Amino acid sequence: MWEAFKQWFHRWGSPKWFYERSLVWSFWLGWGALILLPVGIVWGLAFAPQDYQQGNSFRIIYLHVPAAILAQSCYMIMAVAGFVSLVWRMKMADVVLKCAAPIGASFCFLALFTGAVWGKPTWGTWWEWDARLTAMLILLFLYFGIIALEAAIEDKITAGRAAAVLSLVGVVNIPIIKYSVEWWRTLHQPATFKLTEKPDMPVEMWAPLLVMVIGVYCFFGYSLFLRSRNEIIERERRTLWVRELLAKEGKV
Amino acid sequence: MTEVGVWAGFCAVVRRDLMLAFRRPQELANPLVFFVMAVSLFPLGVSPEKSFLAPAAAGVVWVASLLATLLSLDALFRADHEDGSLEQLTLAPQPLFILVLAKVFAHWLTTGLPLLLLSPVLALMLHVDEGLLGVLMLSLLVGAPVLSLIGAIGAALTVGLRVGGVLISLLVLPLYIPVLIFGTGMVQSAAAGMDYTSTLAMLGAILALSLTLAPFAAAAALKISVSN
Repeated sequence: MWEAFKQWFHRWGSPKWFYERSLVWSFWLGWGALILLPVGIVWGLAFAPQDYQQGNSFRIIYLHVPAAILAQSCYMIMAVAGFVSLVWRMKMADVVLKCAAPIGASFCFLALFTGAVWGKPTWGTWWEWDARLTAMLILLFLYFGIIALEAAIEDKITAGRAAAVLSLVGVVNIPIIKYSVEWWRTLHQPATFKLTEKPDMPVEMWAPLLVMVIGVYCFFGYSLFLRSRNEIIERERRTLWVRELLAKEGKV
Repeated sequence: MTEVGVWAGFCAVVRRDLMLAFRRPQELANPLVFFVMAVSLFPLGVSPEKSFLAPAAAGVVWVASLLATLLSLDALFRADHEDGSLEQLTLAPQPLFILVLAKVFAHWLTTGLPLLLLSPVLALMLHVDEGLLGVLMLSLLVGAPVLSLIGAIGAALTVGLRVGGVLISLLVLPLYIPVLIFGTGMVQSAAAGMDYTSTLAMLGAILALSLTLAPFAAAAALKISVSN
């Protein structure tokens, strides 16, 4: 059992293995996103019942909440990849860390932007210096820092390790985001839904949200694999297997 | 050759860094001059009225000292990296995080402490109530070492790079925000006549956390930068 796990874990370190397998994964995840996202968005925006207090403006949660959840999970994935990269010196961890950062930054921006759009009619302000909002803004800055550091260091291995250290340092921000709505009684409402509890929304309202969350994760996986495949080809372009692959496809 | 203990190594690095700093007093003064100038921009740029300055003063002093610290961070490891002594430090028999801690301590002595001593003068110029000067200094006393500690991580990550300066700000500023919030929050709650010990405790907790973790992260970052 343990041996099997170790073998499985070590396989992830091989760019070639990852490249060969990820085509199938990204294919299924891409289809998953292509089906789930339109279904979720149409269901949420057109068919879910109106909120008794907020009317139609609550519908932005179908974009806002999945984006915010993903922005945080993406950072956690990067921190785990950073840990793996520093401890086991795994090449693939560097690739994942680098490729995930721009995706996470985009979703973090999307969460902040949709929040502002929702905040204007509901709270009467585009922006409030509330704990959750500020912590999300810090997350966006952390993403920018990692992207900038990665871009500034030319040597890929050094860049990967430096970004790994930074992503681990920044991980202290994640629990702050998570618990900010509970530690500080501020404007932002507590978590919309949790895995461990029954949601206090009717099923017609949270079902499309769940579809959206899963759809966004599918999209994340799809684009992460796509970006990683690109990065692998670039990093490994001098190796035999990449040259053979390119020759087979008639690209050289 | 005799064995040099961990504590002796720590002291040697502190002594060396202080000596280097005092040999170039101009560089020592630069962050302080910057601090004074940055603070004096606010009355000129926003409003010299007491009604604006007094409540804003703690934030202004904190932001200015944060920026002044940031300005001095690039020099923390750069000269050592250029003349090769940083490589010697990583090869030293003492654990690297102890030596990093020593360098950070020397940095705090030469930057954080002078800023702290200068802050009441500037606070008075910003019409801060005299009773609050002690609280402001206390917040800087606990908070400013955190700035040096976290800043060391950013300085260590960028030491081998030509574009270091701007990049450090980008990496470190987001991590400074909690310290800034609690540091100014402490003075503001004291100004409102509330109990500020809980904020002080939070600031102390941040200091304890960064004192125990930041030297390790900075040492790891230095090893990465030096190995390049």
